[in-house]
Amino acid sequence: MIQHLLDGVLTGSYLSLGAIGLTLVMHILRFANFSHAELLSLGAYAALVCDALVSGLAPFLTVKLAPLSLTGALIIAILISMVLTGLSALIIDRLVFKRVRERGQELSMVFASFGMALIIRNVIGLIFGLSPTLYSRDIAFAVILSRDPLILVKPDQVFVLIAALALMFILHLILSRTTFGYSLRAVAENPSLAQVNGVNLQRTIMAVWLIGGGLAAVAGVFYGISHQLIPVMGRDLVLPIFAATIVGGIGSVYGAVLGGFIVGVAANMALVVLPSGYTPSVPFLLILLVLMIRPHGLFGEARA
Amino acid sequence: MIGIFSYLIFFATTASILAIAVLGLNLQWGNTGLFNGGVVAFFGAGAYATLILGGTAQAGHLGGFGLFYPLALLGGMAAAGLMAWIVGLLTLRLRHDYLAIATFGVAVAFENLMRNAEWLAGGAKGVRGFERPLRAALGDGFAYNLLFFAGVLLILIATYLFLERLVASPFGRLLRAIREDEAAAASLGKSPSKVRLTAFVTGSVILGLAGGLYGTFYAFVSPQDVLPTLTFQIWAMLIVGGAGNNRGAIFGAFLIWGAWTLSGWALSRFAPVDVQLYTGSFQFILIGSVIVGMLMWRPQGLLPERLVVSQRGKPQSTQQGE
Amino acid sequence: MADPILQVRGVTAGYVPDLPILRDVSLAVPPAQITLIIGPNGAGKSTLIMAIAGLLPVSAGQITFQGSDITGLRTDQLTAHGIAYVPQVDNIFRSLTIRQNLDLALRRAGSDAPTRLARLLAQFPALAAKQRDKAGALSGGQRQFLAIAMALATAPKLILMDEPSAGLSPKAAQEVLEHARMLTGQGVSILLVEQNVNQALRLADHCYILAEGRNQIDGPAADLRDSEVVGEIYLGNRRVGAA
Repeated sequence: MIQHLLDGVLTGSYLSLGAIGLTLVMHILRFANFSHAELLSLGAYAALVCDALVSGLAPFLTVKLAPLSLTGALIIAILISMVLTGLSALIIDRLVFKRVRERGQELSMVFASFGMALIIRNVIGLIFGLSPTLYSRDIAFAVILSRDPLILVKPDQVFVLIAALALMFILHLILSRTTFGYSLRAVAENPSLAQVNGVNLQRTIMAVWLIGGGLAAVAGVFYGISHQLIPVMGRDLVLPIFAATIVGGIGSVYGAVLGGFIVGVAANMALVVLPSGYTPSVPFLLILLVLMIRPHGLFGEARA
Repeated sequence: MIGIFSYLIFFATTASILAIAVLGLNLQWGNTGLFNGGVVAFFGAGAYATLILGGTAQAGHLGGFGLFYPLALLGGMAAAGLMAWIVGLLTLRLRHDYLAIATFGVAVAFENLMRNAEWLAGGAKGVRGFERPLRAALGDGFAYNLLFFAGVLLILIATYLFLERLVASPFGRLLRAIREDEAAAASLGKSPSKVRLTAFVTGSVILGLAGGLYGTFYAFVSPQDVLPTLTFQIWAMLIVGGAGNNRGAIFGAFLIWGAWTLSGWALSRFAPVDVQLYTGSFQFILIGSVIVGMLMWRPQGLLPERLVVSQRGKPQSTQQGE
Repeated sequence: MADPILQVRGVTAGYVPDLPILRDVSLAVPPAQITLIIGPNGAGKSTLIMAIAGLLPVSAGQITFQGSDITGLRTDQLTAHGIAYVPQVDNIFRSLTIRQNLDLALRRAGSDAPTRLARLLAQFPALAAKQRDKAGALSGGQRQFLAIAMALATAPKLILMDEPSAGLSPKAAQEVLEHARMLTGQGVSILLVEQNVNQALRLADHCYILAEGRNQIDGPAADLRDSEVVGEIYLGNRRVGAA
């Protein structure tokens, strides 16, 4: 029970990071981006490649940061991957979404995002093969927190949680203390009024893709550290991330954070009552529940 | 020679069944502007329910009601409709993309349930023990397949005619009115969410019909038949054919199914063995590119809607962001 | 009379390219004055002000500001030129605090920002007291003041105001309009759209009457107030109750 709760919080840490970018894009560009989860895969695999490159260039960075199985090289790789994934999100928007946006209605974007998801997911599969990989072949031993009830936690997971919370805190500071953050929130609330107040809409949209992509990359790497890297990971993450945004309320960054943890905990706690095979359905049940009792989520606002 | 002919009948039967599904989706997306992200769930509900209702008794899972076939098929359609009604009721009043996400979730949960709930539908092993209608009289040979194809073709034509009349009716005009300008339609005293729900359920019943026929054709359905792949294929058929145009929908179904079959055959025939492992990946990239490419360069499809189209939206207002 | 700060010449504009709401509209805004636009509902008053603010595409005609052509510039670029716009509704960010709203508007002020903020807070004491409150919690009149303060934060030479008194109590409406008058004393020019015709005509320097998307007549506000033509064109459109 406590173990499930703990696992749920750890799952929530990467779901939240994934959901933040999604909720911003859904709110500002007004479409459900089904390819957002593929940014997590992209980021995870980009970090894998960067990790190999950094390790090759600077072998002294391959020493593990005990007690973690992580290396300095991987941490640098994560930072590079954040930039690369953010830029990829920007390029995908320029090449595809922007054009569809200008030609069609909002829901055409949803179709296009499904198409992009298929393309990205399968290109990754072609490049890296269909079987799972890991960042580190070493077995990471779990630390026993308690024997009765048995509670295990891996140091890497604790790192993931702390790093995720730190990133969210940085984002919080940006949103609540900087005029750049105000301009993001302004565009989310009322794009044309934001322009009236001198905010450049195109540049803000670019910033949203960069931030969303960067956080998605971290989320993807953290998923890879917690489980494994597999090209179809986006397929398994897309519904939980959507559930997190809906639970939190579309457009609310804080809602996405809370929603991510709720979905993570719920999916893990469900193991207490449901066989593990049903875990993929839990986010859907949460979505139904929220739509029934509080359709606009915890922090969302009604918007047509 | 009979081999090729027999294969063509097989191909045409599958394509016609898919065309019925595309017609159902067209009512939702093309005519009403509703995004169904879980086509396969409604298709699958039709298939599973038809087989469970019409099949012989099976150990270990629900079934064996042995209903008269048309009744079983109607049951399949009803199951799809019921599912659509529940999802629609919860989402159609909200932001448009909630429906997309919820229906996508339905598909995930449906496949998940079918794979795990052995007591319900046999789990991963699927539903067996279904006797195809009239099999006792006609056997399993070419004659049966020909007749089955004729039956499917008749249903396809009937569905087409039904939808053509529906779209031309006052209800059809109302659907387009709501798609184009919901506020204006609402001001005429029509409840847009009720009308959309009707269209969504009707479209899903047609998807269920297609699923029922599909299950009947193979006399077997398993979780492998309700993977998201099918949703993407059916979308691509509609987008390529031309959303809003029923003839385009049918044309798209045959074209995309032909391309899919051909590409699979070509890869298995000509590609080296180690590449064949990636047949699926290539095909998915292909279908993703078809969807994205069409939306970017020819969003109206190959056979565009013949009505006065204002679906393209208002480019200026989109750029302004409001 | 000094050269107009804003000059609109033969502008045709609308929400959709093929469906102009405004046809061949011209007007001039002299510096440090209130120029008023009135007209019946649907006359195109808001459309005109949004077209000037760069929120609607202008299909014909020219808009010049201080002698330079600003037709077709983006809204956010106009701010940099010294034009501020106060929309009629939804003119503040409800989810941000009052202070954050002001800081956002002051974003381009650079080193001048603290001075300007202090001046704005002194000018609007009601806002100064509630800086940490969410702007969504403000009353109607205070919202208008915040919106005007945000416009002033950019140190504009021209403010476009779209019915600032709409939905306010008569007292609050009077306060807002008097504030506008006071701003002209500081050298700011104002282009004002108002439904509150009598009150606005008493306040304004010059007035344009718009109907069916076209210029009808214009003249000094004082003259128009007593003019029978105004009564015919304007009040004739069943707008008697509004005045």
